[in-house]
Amino acid sequence: MIIDYFTMSNKQRTTNNELLIKNGRVIDPANGVDKECDVLIVGDKIAAVGKLEKSAQTIIEAAGKLVTPGLIDIHVHFREPGDEEEETIASGSAAAVAAGFTSVVAMPNTRPPIENETDVEYIHRKARQARKTHVYTMGAITRGREGVELAEMGFMAEAGAVGFTDDGNGVQDPAVMLRALKYAGMFDVVVAQHCQDDRIAANGVMNSGYYSTILGLPGIDRLAEEAMLWRDIQLVRKTNVHYHAQHVSTAGAIRLIADAKKDSVPITCEVTPHHLLLTEENCGDYDTNFKVNPPLRTQKDIEALKEAIAEGVVDALATDHAPHLRSEKELEFLAAPFGIASLECSLGLYVRALIEPGILDWPGLIRLLTEKPANIIGVDKGTLAKGKQADVTIIDPDAECRVDAAAFRSKSRNCPYDGWTLKAKVDKTIVGGEVRFSADG
Amino acid sequence: MALIRKSKQFKWHRKHLLGLRQLSAEEITYILDTAKGFEQISTRSVKKAPPLRGKVVVNLFFEDSTRTRNSFALAASRLSADVIEFTEKVSSVSKGETLLDTARNLEAMGIDIVVIRHNAGGASVFLSRNINACVVNAGDGFCEHPTQGLLDVYTIRKIKGTLEGLKIAIVGDIAHSRVARSDMWAMAKLGAEVIFVGPPTLMPAEVKQLPVSVSYSLDDVIEKVDVVNMLRIQFERLGGNPFPSVREYSHYFGLTVERMKKAKPDILVMHPGPINRGLEMESEVADGANSVILQQVKNGLAVRMAVLFLVNQAAALGN
Repeated sequence: MIIDYFTMSNKQRTTNNELLIKNGRVIDPANGVDKECDVLIVGDKIAAVGKLEKSAQTIIEAAGKLVTPGLIDIHVHFREPGDEEEETIASGSAAAVAAGFTSVVAMPNTRPPIENETDVEYIHRKARQARKTHVYTMGAITRGREGVELAEMGFMAEAGAVGFTDDGNGVQDPAVMLRALKYAGMFDVVVAQHCQDDRIAANGVMNSGYYSTILGLPGIDRLAEEAMLWRDIQLVRKTNVHYHAQHVSTAGAIRLIADAKKDSVPITCEVTPHHLLLTEENCGDYDTNFKVNPPLRTQKDIEALKEAIAEGVVDALATDHAPHLRSEKELEFLAAPFGIASLECSLGLYVRALIEPGILDWPGLIRLLTEKPANIIGVDKGTLAKGKQADVTIIDPDAECRVDAAAFRSKSRNCPYDGWTLKAKVDKTIVGGEVRFSADG
Repeated sequence: MALIRKSKQFKWHRKHLLGLRQLSAEEITYILDTAKGFEQISTRSVKKAPPLRGKVVVNLFFEDSTRTRNSFALAASRLSADVIEFTEKVSSVSKGETLLDTARNLEAMGIDIVVIRHNAGGASVFLSRNINACVVNAGDGFCEHPTQGLLDVYTIRKIKGTLEGLKIAIVGDIAHSRVARSDMWAMAKLGAEVIFVGPPTLMPAEVKQLPVSVSYSLDDVIEKVDVVNMLRIQFERLGGNPFPSVREYSHYFGLTVERMKKAKPDILVMHPGPINRGLEMESEVADGANSVILQQVKNGLAVRMAVLFLVNQAAALGN
């Protein structure tokens, strides 16, 4: 059972304000829509989609723009509670809404971790107060993310946690993971994994390969990811509980997933923009903004991930937005923390990685940012169907913009794309019928 | 001065020496030729020359070192520089001053050259990007130890005349060795054929992409090579146990008197020091007629004088 905390708000909106988005290219993959028409929002709901001979109190002219269900990012780190100097739910959700996201899923590796219902409610309260985007959260699989004892999954699910993960680390002990999957089976929520065997990864800081060798840095062998993923797939074959592989980064891993899917194993997966655009070679200058976990791999891995996206093996695109202070990143590569802050420029990155080379068309891309991720976390979103909550993103697909990390709404600047010129710009982001972001102020 | 006579058009322009991977064969040769000119200073009764007079060299060492630190200190003082020793153990990065702050503080005191040894690969690159002083890498993690690489090729060239066409074995823990990497770059660039010898558990990732060949058998290799460089087993860097026992390691990869019988009579035996006697090589070999280990140390001084001289000169020329 999933509760949408946002609509449970005690200030139920009672307005019947009408908002008409006119003449845009409406792309709603969940309903097979891709045509030039209008979208009418009444109050906080979608009232109609089509050629509407109608006026409204508020009219948004969207000719030449894309009108899509609100984008969803199922993997962000908002650092609250514990590291509010890096990001807060307020700053993170402001960044999200500016990037076209109407829903995000915060990871539970905060300090302390999100591991009980009170923690889950705290995230929801902060999100309500920020009043920007929907912020869902996953809960930790194990207490303290220590990989030993199960956290209170049931209570967290009832409080609205949309899944479980010890993200930042994988659950190392196969017996604990098996127990987690079995137990989660009674709540109909996804169990997600950061696949990495810590004993293989050891103290690695980048992909193990030619570049780690010449840079003299300890490497993380791709086997660390693939060995745990392989193990988990066997556990899921047994338990048949929905499992989600987070930030898949290697050709071998995506092949394991493709094979498991052929066997109808209930597995989904996500891919990040950095694993589609950057390689281990980018670490060549010891620029810590390229230090990320799982590490940047090789061009071959990028090709394999893109091919998997083209074939429909990948279920979602997610940023793994991981903000860090400048002072933390201004260290030796060995010592700096892992993470890339990319939420605010992510749409342009997806366009660069997938649309420009012809891997996906716009409906294909939007599907991986709306309908499919909504299904993974089991929320009734990612669609413009009549009666659904009015989360809508309006995109100018041809506008170019230059990534300026210094201007991010996010508190952090650890963005390796700073200075890149990318296509596609978010024009407006509408959350629950309210325009929460507009490019023209 | 007699120092600068080779290739008249060539001009040294680097104010940092971060690694040998980035250098051309011409640049490496230029350092070696410069070192040659400095070698005789150590034989004079007054062992000093003036080129770094009024300059301050900081030995910024975050890892244990005796010979490299002393060698740099001596090299700097022979060039009349003032030397500051800054030794600090890096225990935890979250505690204490960051490398960047340390360097900025030193720079505020008006230093000219930082000689840095650090446990993180790329520490010298990081430093060079963030301060104005010259940076000389004295060993960064298992990335590079350029002056060791230079003194190794200097020693070989001095005895053999050239590196062109020589077969050189580098034996031991290649994966965690900055010496192996710097040697490899320098030797390969100067035309030698490099063979990495050691167990597969001590080979770096993607070794096949490096300009070397690989052998797991010292017995096969020892007959063929002109130089054998025995690396120190760095127990402090080994993770897990990459070989089952010291005894078994010595059995396969130790340079014993017995193995030396199969070697060419004029083979050069090298070791970057400090030696684990009886482990990498038997004492009889370390102290034997083919050993050039102490010449390496001696030549290190001349090479480091050359490096300090050249980076300072490049900085003075405004590069």
